[in-house]
Amino acid sequence: MSKAHSKPEGVTPSQTVGPFFAYGLTSNGQYDWNDAFSNNLVTADTSGERIRVEGRVFDGDGQPIPDCMLEIWQADAQGRFSDPQDKRALPNSSFKGFGRCATDANGGYAFDTIKPGIVPDPDGKPQAPHILLAIFARGMLLHSYTRIYFSGEAGNAADPVLALVPADRRATLIAQPAHCNGNAVYRLDIHMQGDNETVFFDV
Amino acid sequence: MTLSYPLQSLAAHPARLSPAYKSTVKRSPTKPLIPMRHTLSELTGPVYGHEAVRENDNDLTLQGKGEPLGERIIVHGHVLDEDGRGVPNTLVELWQANACGRYIHVVDQHPAPLDPNFTGAGRTQSDSEGYYRFVTVKPGAYPWGNHHNAWRPAHIHFSVFGHSFISRLVTQMYFPGDPLFPFDPIFNSVTDEKARNRMVSDFDLENTKPNWALCYRFNIVLRGRNATPMETK
Repeated sequence: MSKAHSKPEGVTPSQTVGPFFAYGLTSNGQYDWNDAFSNNLVTADTSGERIRVEGRVFDGDGQPIPDCMLEIWQADAQGRFSDPQDKRALPNSSFKGFGRCATDANGGYAFDTIKPGIVPDPDGKPQAPHILLAIFARGMLLHSYTRIYFSGEAGNAADPVLALVPADRRATLIAQPAHCNGNAVYRLDIHMQGDNETVFFDV
Repeated sequence: MTLSYPLQSLAAHPARLSPAYKSTVKRSPTKPLIPMRHTLSELTGPVYGHEAVRENDNDLTLQGKGEPLGERIIVHGHVLDEDGRGVPNTLVELWQANACGRYIHVVDQHPAPLDPNFTGAGRTQSDSEGYYRFVTVKPGAYPWGNHHNAWRPAHIHFSVFGHSFISRLVTQMYFPGDPLFPFDPIFNSVTDEKARNRMVSDFDLENTKPNWALCYRFNIVLRGRNATPMETK
C-alpha cells in the first residue's frame, strides 16, 4: 500500500458500459485487439469438475439483451481464491477464477469453468458452491450483482446467503443441470425484470 | 490490511432506474436488492499482472500503421481508494470514439468517418503507487437516439478492477466545460453535483507536453476503506 493522499470526497460514480464496449473489452477475435480475458477459465493444470455455465439475459419485455457483458468470480475446486487477500492457502494451479463474456444476438452467454468448492462465510460456516456474477449493459448505469448456485448441491439448504432470499425467489439463483455431449452443463437465465426477476444483491 | 466496503459509498452512483435515460426502464431491477454480509467471495477479486498488458497498449496513437487524426492528448491520473491510498498494479481499461465521434464497433452507424489508424481501445496497469497514463486523441461528441437531438458529451469509457470484485468500477471520463453537460441524461444520472464533477477530468497544464500534446488528469476513486485491524478468523 502506498502512503495516504488527501482524502477523496467519495467514489467516482459509475456510468453505463454503453453499447460499444465489445472492441475494447470482449473483442473475441472480431476486432483488431487482444482480449485480456475470456469466457474460458480452465487452465491445463486446473483440477475439479469441468462445467459449462450458460444461459440467456432478458429485459423487462422478455426480449434478449444482446449487448450485455457478464463477469464471473469464483473459488477453485478446493474453495480457494486466486487472491493473496484470501489468507488461506492459495490455489496451486494457474486457475484465476475470473471470466468475462459478451452476450450474443440471442442474449446468450456461456462460461467454461470448474465447479467451485465450499467457501466459508464470515462466521466460518460453509457456503454452498457458488459463482459471483456481475451484469453490465447499455441501459445499466451501475452493474448488478447476483450469484449462481448449482441444483442438487447438499449445501444449498443451509447456505447462509440463499437463506436471506425469499423461498419463492431462490430458484432464480440456482442453475439447472443439462448434459450436452457428455459435458456437464448448467443453465441459468437472467431476468432483469418480470415474474422471474433474478435476485440481485445489495453488496 | 483488510479493507471494508461500506454501502454508504454507493450513494454517489446513479440510480439504476433513471428514466431520462430511456434504456434503463426495461433493464433495471424492479424488486428490492437483497442485503447481505460480504463474504470472502465478495472481499476478494481477480489479480492480474503485466501479462495482461502489451507494450503500446496504453498509447492509442501508436497502434496503427500511422498516427490517428485528431487532437493528441495525455490522460493520466491516480487510482485511489476512499481513504486516499493509491491502488497499485490494478488493471485500467479504456475505450472511446475517434476524433470524429465514431466508434469502430459494427453497431455504430453514426455517419462520421472511421480512422484506419485508430481502434480506440487501451489498457494499462497502475504503477506501484496507483498512477496510470495513456496517450490518445480527444474523442468527438456524437448523436444518439435517446431523444430528439441527443448528443453525448465527449467522453472516454474506463473500466477498473481495484481490490475486490465489489470494488469493480465502469465509468466515463468527461472533459471540462463541455457545453453538452446540461442536456445529457447519462451524465446527469449522477444527481449530486460534487459526485458528478468527479467524472470530469481536470485540464493539466503542468503535465502538458510543449509542442506535442495537452494533458488531462482523471483520478479514479474506488470503494474500499481500511477496516479496524481486527482479523475475524
